[in-house]
Amino acid sequence: MIEENDFNYAAVDKIYENWKTQKGALIPMLQEIQHEFGYLPRPALEHLARRLRTPISQIYGVCTFYSQFHLKPRGEHIIRVCQGTACHVRGIAKIAMRLEEELEVEVGDTTEDMLFTYESVACVGCCGLAPVMMVDEATYGRLTPDRVPDILNEYQRGEGNDS
Amino acid sequence: MTAKPKIIVGLGTCGIAAGGQDVYQAIEKALAENNIDAELTQTGCIGACENEVLVDIQKPGQPRITYGKVPPEEVGNVVTEHIVKDQISRDFVLGKIGEGDLPAEYEDIPVFFEELPFYQKQNRLCLRNCGFINPEIIDEYVAREGYEALKKVITTMKPEEVVEEVKKSGLRGRGGGGFPSGLKWEFTMKAEGDKKYIVCNADEGDPGAFMDRSILEGDPHSVLEGMAIAGYAVGADEGYIYCRAEYPLAVKRLKLAIEQAKEKNFLGNNILGADFNFDLKVKEGAGAFVCGEETALLMSIEGKRGMPRPRPPFPAQKGLFDKPTCLNNVETFGNVPVVFLKGADYFASIGTEGSKGTKVFALTGSINRTGLAEVPMGITIQEVVYDIAGGLPGDGEFKAVQVGGPSGGCIPKDLLHLPIDYDSLTDAGAMMGSGGLVIMGLDTCMVDIARYFLTFTQSESCGKCTPCREGTKRMLEILQRITTGEGEPEDIEKLKTLGDAISSTSLCGLGQTAPNPVLTTLRYFQDEYEKHIFDKRCPAGICVDLLIYAIDPELCDGCRRCVKACPVDAISGEKKEPHVIDTEACIKCGACLEKCKEEAIKLQS
Repeated sequence: MIEENDFNYAAVDKIYENWKTQKGALIPMLQEIQHEFGYLPRPALEHLARRLRTPISQIYGVCTFYSQFHLKPRGEHIIRVCQGTACHVRGIAKIAMRLEEELEVEVGDTTEDMLFTYESVACVGCCGLAPVMMVDEATYGRLTPDRVPDILNEYQRGEGNDS
Repeated sequence: MTAKPKIIVGLGTCGIAAGGQDVYQAIEKALAENNIDAELTQTGCIGACENEVLVDIQKPGQPRITYGKVPPEEVGNVVTEHIVKDQISRDFVLGKIGEGDLPAEYEDIPVFFEELPFYQKQNRLCLRNCGFINPEIIDEYVAREGYEALKKVITTMKPEEVVEEVKKSGLRGRGGGGFPSGLKWEFTMKAEGDKKYIVCNADEGDPGAFMDRSILEGDPHSVLEGMAIAGYAVGADEGYIYCRAEYPLAVKRLKLAIEQAKEKNFLGNNILGADFNFDLKVKEGAGAFVCGEETALLMSIEGKRGMPRPRPPFPAQKGLFDKPTCLNNVETFGNVPVVFLKGADYFASIGTEGSKGTKVFALTGSINRTGLAEVPMGITIQEVVYDIAGGLPGDGEFKAVQVGGPSGGCIPKDLLHLPIDYDSLTDAGAMMGSGGLVIMGLDTCMVDIARYFLTFTQSESCGKCTPCREGTKRMLEILQRITTGEGEPEDIEKLKTLGDAISSTSLCGLGQTAPNPVLTTLRYFQDEYEKHIFDKRCPAGICVDLLIYAIDPELCDGCRRCVKACPVDAISGEKKEPHVIDTEACIKCGACLEKCKEEAIKLQS
């Protein structure tokens, strides 16, 4: 966790300055803060609350409403397993089981080496290719359980994200 | 006609997921290695997702040839042979598009849109450009009558006439509710206000739906043009596109399209020299299904928790930042240029009495041809499932189709003749929804499907109103009981009572429609619920707790692996003799299943 003293407040200031003239810009500000830090650190939210002259409770309320905001640090790569109807019908459960075995974590958790955070997502909209999972912004379709270790391997070797 | 051969790779999210980037790079490499002078470009989704990666090659004077399922290691060859030697690979060719001559031996290649069964019954109005233009180049949109409708509207029509034309076309909202778009525009136009907004709902959150994504990725300008026309009609000078953040490619292409449209003065100030300003911004969602509901969406754009509020006042009176706001969905805006290019009369000539034009459906589930299909309203479910989607794979038998995602309902086999239009679907207990069609075979358990959809809506309930927050939770508990063999005789009545109460008293569309999957499966498949409750059986063999593990004595070779694997010693049998599972002791953990090399362990319903 980041200590308050050496916290990079300047990054938050910059994001605030960029958006301050636009109406209703809290969500894009939070998105950019998360992009900068990988999650929403408490000092950043407190600082943003001061700049916006908004109660932190209100900002916290927005953070916890939307599933894409995270109050805890996350892994380097985000794995999202699709729970859409088509994936459900075409056997995503087996893919998820294999992932849990390989990563040794459950949905919502991050691996010890901070490499992967494992999440589920309602539908990534590639139902024609079910079952599907995403690693960061790359989509992997027509999955079989045996492809799972290969895909993870690409990222463990640091070469994923090109397909 | 292009002077150089042109190669087009389908790079929507679906194409990329199927390996489109690798294919693109392989083609680049092949062109360089063989010194071929050709134009390599990309396009959005043409709808035939099952055949991704799609590669099109067009030589001057020849029709465009579409290849499907082309692997990167072969694509170099296919391209080189085609361009250098005029040889078309029979292994991958799907069809031809457009005019021109081909060598006589290839005359039998089917005409893509007319002769391929997937396209024969389609009428591509909203998807007219998807798969044809490079969505990142505005000139390609302009070359296909792009922004002609906007030009016509701004230079020759008064705002009232524009609204009148949309009313005459019979266009209804494509996002689910089906409210007449012209009326919505009229309300916003007549609303008092110094400032008005146009908002595009691109928060496509239904599992099983990807129509809007394909339009945004494949033809973003058609949506911008529709929004600008709406802006002119209702007197708005600013608009927002609220796009879910799970669609990064759509967001990227929208932002690019807005930039390009501003450069060409299709957006911005004094558009096309007229006294009309219109500016657009993209707002990315942050992951909340309920934001697809219009009032929740507006709250989210304002930077608040995306919770719905009671209507009236409707957004047309009091919407974004309390100003009159006209809010439509992606496909609705995508249809607007068509209304003005082809005329309201033409548009109204397609479809049925109450539902005009076409609808784009995402076809998924147990079918042979998954993908996107745009069909005239009024087409029957039968035609979509069998003629377009090619029926179920293998000898699979049709059981039901889930129309309209978690808000819709399951339509059974004896309603296959039902025409797809807003009113028929609502009468059957389903709804048009955004247009997802998930086809299910006999191996689908309807109680499990109802439970699945309710799990989704329950977890996405925003918690503001009690019927939705508590009611869906109670329904889900009952369904979970039924699928785990704990169902009670009165559960069916309880589900019906609860479902009706939630439908009639919830604050927003999410809650009002959440019980639909349960109520329709109860209406058409009550016997399945009864089998789960009274016989503790799942006929489809899906609900694990209701299954029985058994060993097929014919296949078992008596290796004792399963005996050793069983953690509760429920399996007995001598070596080289068929083993037996004591179903009373079995905890259904599946450990034996994994160990058996003969696949002798079966799950019986």
